[in-house]
Amino acid sequence: MRAGYVIRRLALVLAVVWLAASVNFFVPRIGGRDPIIEKLLQEAQFRSGHLDSGYREMAAEYGKKFGLDQPLYKQYVRYLTDTVQFKFGASISQYPVTVNELLANTVPWTVGLLGVATIVSFGLGTFLGALVSWGRTPIYLKALIPAFFTLSAIPYYLLGLVLLYFFAFKASWFPIFGGYEAGTLPSYSLDFILNVLRHATLPALSIVLVGIGFWALGMRAMMVTMQGEDYMVQAEAKGLNERRIFWRYAIRNAILPQSTSLALSLGHIVSGAVLVEVIFGYPGVGSLLFLAIREFDYFVITGIVFMVIVAIALAMLLMDLIYPVLDPRIKYSAA
Amino acid sequence: MQPAVARTRFGIERRLTGRWLTTYRYARRNPALLMGLAILSALFLFWAVGSLMVDSSEARPLSAPPDLRPSLEYPLGTDRVGRNIFAVIVSGTVLTLRIGLIAGAVGISIGTVLAFVAGYYGGWIDAVIRGVVDTLITVPQLLILIIIAASVRGGLNVEQMGLVIATLSWTRPARVMRAQVLTMRQRSYVEVARLSGMSGPEVIFRELMPNLMPYIVASFVLAVAGGILASVGLEALGLGPLESPTLGVTIYWNIYYSSLLHGMWWWWGPPMLIIVLLFVGLFLVTAGLDEWANPRLRKRI
Repeated sequence: MRAGYVIRRLALVLAVVWLAASVNFFVPRIGGRDPIIEKLLQEAQFRSGHLDSGYREMAAEYGKKFGLDQPLYKQYVRYLTDTVQFKFGASISQYPVTVNELLANTVPWTVGLLGVATIVSFGLGTFLGALVSWGRTPIYLKALIPAFFTLSAIPYYLLGLVLLYFFAFKASWFPIFGGYEAGTLPSYSLDFILNVLRHATLPALSIVLVGIGFWALGMRAMMVTMQGEDYMVQAEAKGLNERRIFWRYAIRNAILPQSTSLALSLGHIVSGAVLVEVIFGYPGVGSLLFLAIREFDYFVITGIVFMVIVAIALAMLLMDLIYPVLDPRIKYSAA
Repeated sequence: MQPAVARTRFGIERRLTGRWLTTYRYARRNPALLMGLAILSALFLFWAVGSLMVDSSEARPLSAPPDLRPSLEYPLGTDRVGRNIFAVIVSGTVLTLRIGLIAGAVGISIGTVLAFVAGYYGGWIDAVIRGVVDTLITVPQLLILIIIAASVRGGLNVEQMGLVIATLSWTRPARVMRAQVLTMRQRSYVEVARLSGMSGPEVIFRELMPNLMPYIVASFVLAVAGGILASVGLEALGLGPLESPTLGVTIYWNIYYSSLLHGMWWWWGPPMLIIVLLFVGLFLVTAGLDEWANPRLRKRI
């Protein structure tokens, strides 16, 4: 049973990776935009000349270099073997720089920001959600529920825009742009770390606030269904104290389905965070993607999309595998 | 345990009768639905009144002097390239909603058909559909949509934008509805229908479909909200109908011209407010519809 469960999860990850790579390969070929031709025309415009003949031959020449004159199935196989080895090729707009180098510069920023913000919002939101659904909680805390509802409906980046306006533009308590002060060199000094934290505060806050609303609502729904359960009645009948029932019986049981929905929401969180980075000019993967879209730097776009999809699939796999260990009620055969 | 004396009705209840009274009492029990519908009606009213007050052609660049603060002539000011922002918001609200409705309608149609086929017939066809849906749901939608929208040559118009988003908007309805069909299939009235010689499609349309209507409506509203969320996200990244003044495209131009750093709150504020109202309204309606579809959940959401 256990092996079957693991194999099914692994198969899902493989399917996701294959799907991501295939979308990257086929969709642009159906769409009919040619990044090389567009780049050549752009270059010609920059040099204030114009180009009406010869560029198709040039593009074909480049195409031969990249193996684009081969039959489609050969290209596909080659693309798949390259992609699973994370060979994404070079950026078109910053030519000799490879996509991997660009990713190496940006991924740590995104992982740092998103990791901390997600953990904080999940923890706080889950706790607050449990609190507002608990009978003994003072009424003024319950008034938070509509606030959670509104917050959870706002996209991260729009809240980011508001925070940026009030706390960075109007009040200038926080920097308005970037991941660290322009002109300073990244190092491990205390000054630099504080500087980075100051820059990360507002982007993180916009993810955390929206996230708190989302997780609190989920947890609240879970807690309410839990309150009619027999073991809750029994715990109360035994005369256990309120605090123990709250933590050991209610939260302990509700936290598990809550962590499944964390796994399921990872994709949603990452998509939202892409735009947060754009709004704050944060030097992460999101901003890189934004620039690549603007310049139609195709290999960078597909590289980022593939990487993020694989990362999310792996994170979900990890959580799926940990989950049965945390929750003894789970049977491995359950879908 | 009905009291012998007829219940006395107070206030507004006294003036209502029949169907209106039932509706009123239901609305009292389901405030989420009421609030959601109120917000959406307010947006509709804003659009209706707004389109009487302003010519939608002023949503194009160069139709007004640039960078004006809100004034009597331009209630929400103008942007960097001389669009009348009031006109932008009025036409943008309905354009964005249209994208969401296209995505939602296509999504719910495909999703429902797949759900019925998978849930009712089962077997290998169910396994295939479920495998595809599970895989697609795992992948973050926005990223796949980025690839699709970036690959289309020559820009998108509003309808095409809706269709691009519809390519993925059927997955969630398919999954939710399939689960419902599975529970329905076991009910005795479905058994009876089948035993009395109804064919598969007949059972689906005559027995299952009407009973699942509330779920279909709730899934539809959710799919519309999801479609709008995806479209605004794509547009804010610069992948959308850049010639049309949708709300997401307006956000993109705000980022492009860094309106925030120029203190032009009248440019980024209104589209943002409308987007948030749209989401809150749609989510409240879904929560309300959930209650309607599934009264046993009462008080949970």
